[in-house]
Amino acid sequence: MNLGHLVKSFTLWEFVKAHWLTLKYFFKAKATINYPFEKNPLSPRFRGEHALRRYPNGEERCIACKLCEAVCPAQAITIEAEPRDDGSRRTTRYDIDMTKCIFCGFCQEACPVDAIVEGPNFEYSTETREELIYDKAKLLSNGDRWEPALAANLAADAPYR
Amino acid sequence: MTALFQHWGLPFEWAWFVSTIIGILVIALPLMLAVAMIIYADRKIWAAMALRRGPNVVGPFGLLQSFADGLKVFLQETIVPAAANKGLFLLAPIITFTVALIGWAVIPFAPGVVLADINIGLLYILAASSIGVYGVIIAGWASNSKYPFYSALRAAAQMVSYEVSIGFVLITVVLWTGSFNMSAIIEGQRAHVLGFINGYGFNPLLFPMAVVFLISAMAETARAPFDLTEAESELVAGYQTEYSSMAFALYWLGEYANVILMCGLNAILFWGGWLPPVDWAPLYMVPGIVWFFAKLFFFFFVFSWVKATVPRYRYDQLMRLGWKVFLPLSLFWVFLISGWLMLTRYGV
Repeated sequence: MNLGHLVKSFTLWEFVKAHWLTLKYFFKAKATINYPFEKNPLSPRFRGEHALRRYPNGEERCIACKLCEAVCPAQAITIEAEPRDDGSRRTTRYDIDMTKCIFCGFCQEACPVDAIVEGPNFEYSTETREELIYDKAKLLSNGDRWEPALAANLAADAPYR
Repeated sequence: MTALFQHWGLPFEWAWFVSTIIGILVIALPLMLAVAMIIYADRKIWAAMALRRGPNVVGPFGLLQSFADGLKVFLQETIVPAAANKGLFLLAPIITFTVALIGWAVIPFAPGVVLADINIGLLYILAASSIGVYGVIIAGWASNSKYPFYSALRAAAQMVSYEVSIGFVLITVVLWTGSFNMSAIIEGQRAHVLGFINGYGFNPLLFPMAVVFLISAMAETARAPFDLTEAESELVAGYQTEYSSMAFALYWLGEYANVILMCGLNAILFWGGWLPPVDWAPLYMVPGIVWFFAKLFFFFFVFSWVKATVPRYRYDQLMRLGWKVFLPLSLFWVFLISGWLMLTRYGV
């Protein structure tokens, strides 16, 4: 142990330097955002809560092709379908188990009619597990609720597809 | 106050008893409030140094966060593990909490404002902080669980090691003052350096001891970077692992009450307590209690600052610092100070 090292350790030089650094950080602007009141900007490609969209005339887009069900790697989607009274093919059941979903976005990639999409919403935590098993009514209501944002996101991302 | 109650017709014994009870309440209740706010301050300071925001939702600027936490803890169930020694398990947090409070009896807040102006105030504080370790040891043993037990062993060794150097540091102060009385120690610091600076800490001979005391105080209260007793990566939550609800809250409050007691001791022993830093008449316009709490809070800021800066010590490093650095250093300083005082004050 040489003299310089001894002087340094007895004057706690390393500690003084470290504390000066943290004191500078103390007065710096915060790195975290004020979350519930401020939110980070989201990409149009953000993959959040699922929604089933409708056409502007109110007709649901989904044609029960089951491509999403087939592509889903987590097997979170369950679809049952039969012809409706007017002869068009529609789903009678469209469930997504949100506890299984891995938010890969394959379902919306697979969808030929832009019916199932992952929207910008990520604040849908629930108090029970059961509430996270979404049925068709829930997904359609999500679609109605988020339609302006969903349409804007799809339009913004369209040039790249 | 005793005289006032006597004036109202109480016999002396009862008047003394009632006025002492009132004095205890006047110290302990605001202390609990202060602990709540100091926990909030701790979290805020720590957060700011990590570029985070800290609690800011409950009440304005998050000021009510500690009360929300307290309420939450209060509503929880007290779980006593089946294998625990029930009596001791519940006694341990009470000991810690009580001991954290009794030290405040001899702390002078302002000239003459002290609950027990006893002549061995410093010894009393040392004794009280030594009893504090029982709360931890009993908790670790009574939990009948391995991590709390390891933690209790660590806590015992750590507190005992650092109390040795704290003892020697206090001896230097006592040598200089010639008294164990806290108020006398503060008065002894008036115009101590160059005839106008108040505080032993400004004396180059005593400044190293002030630093040693500050660091030992952190180890004594098991604050970061010496919080090995509750090192979460090794011991879950240390001796508090099995505790929940109010028993846990008592540890929490006791720990912080101890921390601010140590901050107060720093202010009193080395930085002039309720004296302003400079012996200059206009500064005495500010009440002594304001100076005392300003200094106390400054040291609390230092505690939080260190917590935010220094990584946790390894256990052998902690023991090395205690026994191989601080003990010889403070022992040498006792000789140095005694020699200096013999030379300058008492004659050889």
